[in-house]
Amino acid sequence: MVNLIWLLMLLVGIITAALTGNIDQVTESALKAAELGIEVAIQLMGVMSLWLGLMHIAEKAGLIQSLAKICSPAIRKIFPSLKKDSPAFGPIIMNLCANLLGLGNAATPFGLKAMQELQKENPVPDTASPAMITFLALNTSCITIVPATIIGVRMKAGSVNPTEIIGTTIFATACAMTAAIIVDYLFRKRNRV
Amino acid sequence: MSIVTEIARWIIPFLLFFIPLYAYLHKVPVYETFVEGAENGFKTAVKIIPFLIGMLVAIGVFVDSGALEIITNLCRPFFIKMGWNPDLLGIIPLAIMRPLSGSGSLGVATQLILQYGPDSFIGRLASTLQGSTDTTFFVLAVYFGSVGIRKHSYAVKVGLLADAVGLIASIWIVSRVFG
Repeated sequence: MVNLIWLLMLLVGIITAALTGNIDQVTESALKAAELGIEVAIQLMGVMSLWLGLMHIAEKAGLIQSLAKICSPAIRKIFPSLKKDSPAFGPIIMNLCANLLGLGNAATPFGLKAMQELQKENPVPDTASPAMITFLALNTSCITIVPATIIGVRMKAGSVNPTEIIGTTIFATACAMTAAIIVDYLFRKRNRV
Repeated sequence: MSIVTEIARWIIPFLLFFIPLYAYLHKVPVYETFVEGAENGFKTAVKIIPFLIGMLVAIGVFVDSGALEIITNLCRPFFIKMGWNPDLLGIIPLAIMRPLSGSGSLGVATQLILQYGPDSFIGRLASTLQGSTDTTFFVLAVYFGSVGIRKHSYAVKVGLLADAVGLIASIWIVSRVFG
């Protein structure tokens, strides 16, 4: 499905540009986006190193394991395919916590670390395991308590009450997260048969 | 500012203070351990580059071509026929953009907030939508790419369905609370 979406985005974009006499834009956008990819990766390199370093300290000190133990009863129900003491639980929980607080750039390193742990338990290394898809679903729909960036934008735009959207955001993300868990569960069940 | 935003301000300094101190008291060689862990940051970041570029190029071409505006205009007669508020049309570019690109959707949301005003219906809806749901395709490309997963199974469907529920829930709650 991702192949189709990728192809459609390219084709629809190029056809639209051609029909509106904007074909130069395609060349420019494609090259600019390729450069942007490197920029994002380099930015990520710094933040990732920082958080993975800090997380390694926390791991060695036993902090991650204690955190995983506290949160695991609920998380384990959502990830039935993982072993009870899977090392993936620590980074999964850290990632969800970071998302909860709206700390996007801290969430990514934990997420990647979690994927590495999940990959170790994956029987088919080039195909996404059910646990990985569950994690992805939780990740993209995670409840956000502090949408910090958008509050900043609202402030700059002169909003009377920039934080008034916190409540609606929590509600919307709670719905999305519940839906993600249910949809993921249904797909997982269907795929097993 | 509310308590939650205060927590967000303090959490990173707190972690940087507390984790190394706790580890040091538990006889962990903190600096060496940090360096050991940080090494992986570099490797992982390099590994995701091809996936990142593949996604960003397709998204860049699609968005910059003006296709979003054309899709919005195609939806207009449908919205009018259904008797929906045509104001809602303004949100379509953001709804399509949100799962594709974080910086792109922030740009669209900012523009909507400035254009309609932060305390208008569209302004609040754009804020809520931008604050909720993550960029599914970024997470998909980067997370799966980092460990060499090429077959995504049903991941895209689950991610996009969750995004769709987030969109509907945003529209519903914003209409109820502020409408």
